[in-house]
Amino acid sequence: MRGISKMFPGVIANDRIDFSVERGTIHALVGENGAGKSTLMRILYGLYRPDEGEIFIEGKKAAIRNPQDAIRLGIGMVHQEFQLVPSLTVAENIVLGNEPLKSIWVDRKAEKESIIKLSKRFGLHVEQDLPIREVPVGVQQRVEILKLLYRKAQLLILDEPTAVLTPQEVDGLFDVLKRLVTEGHTIIFITHKLGEVMDICDKATVLRHGKLIGTVNVADSSSTELARMMVGEEVLRPSEERHPASKEAKLILDDISARGDRGLFALKHISFKVNAGEVVGIAGVEGNGQSELVEVLSGLREYEGMITLASVDLKTESIRFRRENGMAIIPESRKTQGLNLLGKVSENLIVNKYYQKPYSAKTGVLSWKRITEFAKELIVKYDIRADGPDAVAGTLSGGNAQKIILARELSSKPVALIAAHPTRGLDIAATQFVHHEILHMRAENVAVLIISADLDELITLSDRILVLFEGRIVGEVDARTVTHAQLGLLMAGLTDAVS
Amino acid sequence: MEALTNVLFGTLRVSTPLLLAGMAVLLSQQINMLNIAIEGLMLAGAFSAVVVGAFLGNVWLGLLASMLFAMLFTLIFALFVIDLKANLIVAGLALNILAGGLLAYLLVVWFNTRGVYSPGTLDKLPLITIPIIDQIPFLGAVFSGHGVLTYVSWLSVIFTSLLLYRTPLGTHMRAVGEHKEAAETAGIPVRRVQYTALLIGGAMAGLAGAQLAIGDLTLFSENMTNGRGFIAMAAVFFGAARPGLTALGCLLFGLFDALQIRLQIGTGIPPQLPQMLPYLIVVGTLTMIAVRRKLKGTSI
Repeated sequence: MRGISKMFPGVIANDRIDFSVERGTIHALVGENGAGKSTLMRILYGLYRPDEGEIFIEGKKAAIRNPQDAIRLGIGMVHQEFQLVPSLTVAENIVLGNEPLKSIWVDRKAEKESIIKLSKRFGLHVEQDLPIREVPVGVQQRVEILKLLYRKAQLLILDEPTAVLTPQEVDGLFDVLKRLVTEGHTIIFITHKLGEVMDICDKATVLRHGKLIGTVNVADSSSTELARMMVGEEVLRPSEERHPASKEAKLILDDISARGDRGLFALKHISFKVNAGEVVGIAGVEGNGQSELVEVLSGLREYEGMITLASVDLKTESIRFRRENGMAIIPESRKTQGLNLLGKVSENLIVNKYYQKPYSAKTGVLSWKRITEFAKELIVKYDIRADGPDAVAGTLSGGNAQKIILARELSSKPVALIAAHPTRGLDIAATQFVHHEILHMRAENVAVLIISADLDELITLSDRILVLFEGRIVGEVDARTVTHAQLGLLMAGLTDAVS
Repeated sequence: MEALTNVLFGTLRVSTPLLLAGMAVLLSQQINMLNIAIEGLMLAGAFSAVVVGAFLGNVWLGLLASMLFAMLFTLIFALFVIDLKANLIVAGLALNILAGGLLAYLLVVWFNTRGVYSPGTLDKLPLITIPIIDQIPFLGAVFSGHGVLTYVSWLSVIFTSLLLYRTPLGTHMRAVGEHKEAAETAGIPVRRVQYTALLIGGAMAGLAGAQLAIGDLTLFSENMTNGRGFIAMAAVFFGAARPGLTALGCLLFGLFDALQIRLQIGTGIPPQLPQMLPYLIVVGTLTMIAVRRKLKGTSI
């Protein structure tokens, strides 16, 4: 791939990237979330068209307009979300769309035999007759790989293949990948787990913020070097004087464990406190339990252990109770969790108090007059650039949409603020506004927990930073002294490296 | 004994349109586009069977017309729900209302009659006597001597089952219905599969209508389907969209329909009461299924 660029509204996802892979190797594509790895591979697989750049296969220029073109050229991709039909059997899924025929019927015998042949050759054992929904995730992944091999793919792109696997399944996958390579296949391995890169990859290409940082031979490199390439160099940290946090713990998590959507534990025995007037940052590579942590705190996910907010145990309390007792939440996804995009700005501003006086009369009728007044007030106070309180939330820019959430959450005098990726996708001005508001909360003695993938943001805002890795807290550092490199190592799970 | 054979024979007779309509709805449910227009399609089939049959003086051509006309109606439904992404329920109801109104209107315009059109000149579809089975005492009286579409309806169950579970097209239908994106990435022409499933169902719905119009009788009356399409739909839910179980559901509802017809004769019970029976059974069974699925914690 040469000189590939791809723009999305407001971001350059890929900026003139050169990327090449040798036949018969496992090539890692590494980078933080949003670094542009998936975009680059989606271009190669024909899911996106590049704005600039060319793709060459075996020296010949290739036109890849859609996945069918890619498949014809021997390129296959296993997506993070498996593309399997749950009630069809393993065998039916593998041959789907390319069934062997005997007159007008599906030739089940030929189907079976060719799958057995493939699975023997590559050591990918599957029970052919079970429906997909009854087989474990690791086997589903094998089915995806078999699907590609059945279609004669030579170059396999695996998008974070280990994210959903247990450690044993990961070992199994690695054996398969090594076998595939010895059979002459080529593998591109998208990941942000450096240990895996060191274990099985031959080469590694690092992307950051849509740019190519470099390609290294894994044998000549180290995970420290890769970590540094991933997270980048230091930025100047603000030397702003802050008043010290109080010692009064407002939000306490005691031995919290919770299962993720796949049923595996995504959070394992997490304990920490956030004091009034303190900002605690949560760092970590995405997918290490951050989403689950936010959901547990919001009351959206069941958990084991105890969470107390201002000395009240939240275990059996409703989400409304949490809200009324001073928990404010800036959720991960602005569009699906933070806002009703089809609703008005005023409706979005009032959702956590519409039922209270003075917005609702005793009779249960909403007072639109009061609601509109309230909305106008917040629009001015938080500088929301919208066409009045009646504007539809979905028409606002990302920054202004986020301001609606900030206005709603911060105007209700919170005791604790949970901010998940509060500036994701925002431009610099909006980011500064959000940072300013969060620090203002700190000054108001609110206990702030901020979860972010942006290390600079964490360092700028936090007093302490905790690092999540595979659902555990693997380190706590002082935000005033920590370096990117230290955080990067902790995020990669290399706890020994930091004393 | 005679009462029993009568009821069982009646069951198979009244199940015929249910089975055909049931398989039509089943195919639509398999591609996840539940064909709510089924009543309208059946009416279209019934109407065209009588009208074309009488006009050409040939009941077989009437049968052919019922399939073609119902498929034409299906094409409208398919266009709306597949290409124009209309809401299934709205499109289905619209088509049902359209069919009801249009056909009533055509009755007035073409035949100057309201409600019922009964050409005296048209023969019913022939009854079929099955050679050997006919001679066996009980079995002969139950299984032999039905109209041709009754046997076709049993074949339609076998056809649907083979199609779905033995052919690539059927596998693609199931894949498209359950996980459209996965089917698409596997290179399946999703749109074509959806159209095919709906159109095959349309032909069956037409036959279901034809059975009502030229199988049992030789007349068309407004609303002669009388909710049978919806009963077929209930059977599909009863059978979790599997051909065998769905057919069983159709037969079960057919049995109660035949029973209520029997109960109306010489029992002195007001006819409205037994007439409610099949529908009560539908409500009862669906409730039971819902409760059971809820207990098992699974959907559909």
